[in-house]
Amino acid sequence: MPELHLPWLELSILIPLLGAVCVGMLRDRELARKLCVAICTLTLVFAAGEWIDFGTLHTFEAHDHWDLIRRIFHKDMFVVDELSAPLLPLAALLYLMTVLSTLRTKVNRFSFGWTLTSQGILLATLSCREPWGIVALLSLATIPPWTELRSRGRSTRVFVIHMGLFVGLLIVGQLLLDAGSAGTPLGIIAGALLTIAALLRSGIFPLHCWMTDLFEKATFGTALLFVAPMTGAYAVMRLVLPIAPDWALQSIAVVSLFTAVYAGGMALVQHEARRFYCYLFLSHSSLVLVGMELVTPIGVTGALLVWLSVGLSLAGFGLTLRCIESRIGRVSLDQYHGLYDHTPTLGALFLVTGLASIGFPGTVGFVGAELLIEGAVTVYPFVGMAVVIAATLNGIAILQAYFRVFTGARYVASLSLRVRTPERVAVLIFTALILGGGLFPQPRVTSRYHAAEALVRQRHSATQREKTAVASQTLNHDKRIVLSQPPAPSGSDPLNENIQTKSPRAIEWRGATSPAENQ
Amino acid sequence: MNYDSIMQVLGVCVVACPAALLAVFGVMSLIGRPLGERMMARFTQVSVVAGLLAALAILAMMLVLDTRHVPVEIGNWVVIPAQHFHFHLKFVFDRLSVPFAILSFVLCGTVGAFTSRYLHREPGYGRFFVFYAVFLLGMILSSLAGTIETLFLGWELVGLSSALLVAFFHDRPNPVRNGQRVWTVYRFADAAFLIAALTLHHLTGEGDFEGLMGRGPWPEGVASITGSRALFVGLLLLVAAAGKSALVPFSGWLPRAMEGPTPSSAVFYGSLSVHLGAFLLLRVSPVLEVSPLLSAAVVAIGLISALFGAVTARVQTDIKSALAFASLTQVGIIVAEIGCGLRYIALIHIIGHACLRTLQLLRAPTLLHDYGTLENAIGTQLSRAPTFWERVVPEQGRVWLYRFSMERGFLDAVLNEYIVRPFLALFRYSDRLERRWTDMLSGGQSRESDEVKPHTAALEEFV
Repeated sequence: MPELHLPWLELSILIPLLGAVCVGMLRDRELARKLCVAICTLTLVFAAGEWIDFGTLHTFEAHDHWDLIRRIFHKDMFVVDELSAPLLPLAALLYLMTVLSTLRTKVNRFSFGWTLTSQGILLATLSCREPWGIVALLSLATIPPWTELRSRGRSTRVFVIHMGLFVGLLIVGQLLLDAGSAGTPLGIIAGALLTIAALLRSGIFPLHCWMTDLFEKATFGTALLFVAPMTGAYAVMRLVLPIAPDWALQSIAVVSLFTAVYAGGMALVQHEARRFYCYLFLSHSSLVLVGMELVTPIGVTGALLVWLSVGLSLAGFGLTLRCIESRIGRVSLDQYHGLYDHTPTLGALFLVTGLASIGFPGTVGFVGAELLIEGAVTVYPFVGMAVVIAATLNGIAILQAYFRVFTGARYVASLSLRVRTPERVAVLIFTALILGGGLFPQPRVTSRYHAAEALVRQRHSATQREKTAVASQTLNHDKRIVLSQPPAPSGSDPLNENIQTKSPRAIEWRGATSPAENQ
Repeated sequence: MNYDSIMQVLGVCVVACPAALLAVFGVMSLIGRPLGERMMARFTQVSVVAGLLAALAILAMMLVLDTRHVPVEIGNWVVIPAQHFHFHLKFVFDRLSVPFAILSFVLCGTVGAFTSRYLHREPGYGRFFVFYAVFLLGMILSSLAGTIETLFLGWELVGLSSALLVAFFHDRPNPVRNGQRVWTVYRFADAAFLIAALTLHHLTGEGDFEGLMGRGPWPEGVASITGSRALFVGLLLLVAAAGKSALVPFSGWLPRAMEGPTPSSAVFYGSLSVHLGAFLLLRVSPVLEVSPLLSAAVVAIGLISALFGAVTARVQTDIKSALAFASLTQVGIIVAEIGCGLRYIALIHIIGHACLRTLQLLRAPTLLHDYGTLENAIGTQLSRAPTFWERVVPEQGRVWLYRFSMERGFLDAVLNEYIVRPFLALFRYSDRLERRWTDMLSGGQSRESDEVKPHTAALEEFV
């Protein structure tokens, strides 16, 4: 496997983890914030370095230079490939922007130490390709939000029940998968358990209530950082997609599509901004899953593009809401606030990020949304129209929230609410990425298309392997049946006869290309 | 440099001028350095005049060279060769697009000049011109689009700027509510457009209008799809056009849109935006020809809208709403003309009507003032003789018609009662079920957001 020029991956994982220890020892919260910003910036530099370095190698996958883990465990634990290469800098950017836009009003309740820990875990998850490594890291990632809920004295039951189930399903599913290969009954059960786990982590209906509960009870920053990187979709991609049968993928697509429309509708009736944001995010992340399960190059390319655009735009959208919260407290959507005159820059960012998330022309989400809809309509001509409906509902919800928060009244404030310099920097970075990515989409599309092609190829070869394994198992099984039965009347083909009567799978296989027929 | 190259350069200029205007206004606003009033007005003037001159030059060259179709290829914005997917940026100058683009520049230029005085020293001056630039770019992209995707791009920009301008006076709830209403109708119209565009793409294998509508210059193309498919796609496009042009049953948003400042009402709902649906139908008119049933539907919707507009306009109590419904009457007639295949007449009708209505809307505020002066001078209200219909229709019928018109055909009430309310009720019920579920899992009250009340003293708590 090709090597990167520096150990980018290990450094980008190690730096936030070491930083978490340092920040945890500081008593001065403002100093902790500054150190956290510096560490996140450094992590972003390494993550971006990995992306650029990987781009220069022109290969599908690569591992670190001086790969320490590989030397110790003799395994390629941390590998970057076309799929994960842009996700790492995106995740690092998300953390940096969150920390950067944390105002002094929030530093006492936002834990910088746990934030850096979760960043390290997230970057490790996105760099990991070993199934057990992913399972372990996904399980570990549930600890920081849980600690925060406990330290804030909130009920953790909804979170614990859901995440306990998630971790349990992951572990049992992976154990069963190790015990029986894909295609066997044990493998199918394992695949089903892993699928449910990934859907639960993605918040697919009806397993989504933990997400709204988390947004209710945790700090906005922690909840945002737990859901925005879409590790549930990552789990689907790494753990489910290679082994799931077609019918399972179709079921996931339909359930995700339903969730997208349902969450879009729910976003319209929410009374409070955090819950509104949660449903909006849920609707968009479900669309990513819809695209993934199409398993066509166009559909998967659309999903991967939407993943990036939604990750970027809805993170910006969420941070804007968080900035508003840090000024006026929790935001009710039952009445108009009229904040535009006080914070026009935040108003503009709210609109730009919101519109980018629904794929408005000229923004980073446009091409991804087009490809996703095209892919969905090609595979499911009528059901695919639901993607358009979901995007429509989300568009209405976003402008409704904009009007409620920024217009409709005169807000009287005794202090200036204008954006502070760090917030302005965050706003400009988000806007530049959203509009720049929208105006020059081709490099992104090319990169995501290559990744999508690789995913689809991987999936097809896995399916072929599975079919071959099933066919050979069936053949052996049927041979045993034939040997244990009395001889067939002369003139008939006992092998084929028994295949037809005893094994429905073998009938499919026979219908395709049967070696017996060929002979 | 040959004539083709000159026309290509001019064609790019026509699109680049409004794009540059939006880039300048947008970037300066985002970095927190908004331009002054004079600078904004000057930039607008330069951009509109340069774009207009380029469009006029192309028109002159087309007339001199006797060319009816000038494609300007910008290239593939996005392409995935292996999947035959491409987002082709192409603009077409033909007998439909050139008059519409020139009309857009002329009316936007007029309204821009009017606004620089009308909104002088208003707090939202800069905001107005940012939305104006979005609108102008959207109109030019829609007018000149050579592919259905490019048309959709412009279409969306027009929709967004329209909704935001309706909510321009944003410190009051009513304009904002109306802006939201306009946006909601537009989003559903956009969804119909998007589905139609994708379906057309699948049926014909390309998004280029030449491929979709036949190779002949407009209006001589012949669509290459069957009648039943044309009916399906055409009905979706008709929904899109009805949403954009406020045809029945979407007419309810038109008077609401008059909450915006007069210049935006003039340029959007009086002249350009309201005709964009008719423009779409003109652009895809070869599809209408394939299906007589579709043509009949277009004529029917046009005539119903015209009749509805004519009746409703008569009882409006404010001049802008009266003009809005008068616009609807004309747009309905234009759509009926398109359904009848009278394409040139429809195009001429659009141009004439747009110019007249812009003038009327811009004149409206001073007209009221003049009326007031006149009535003050003569010491009484101006007398009005009963019309023909007042004499012919019995009183009971007139009362019913009056109520029907006052309630604007009950269109909003029907949409609210039978679509919006059940839809929201369903999701509110789901919300209640979710609350019960999380309460049960939590073993108590699970929603902190229930306690959230708007509070203005929050900032002081933190300090």
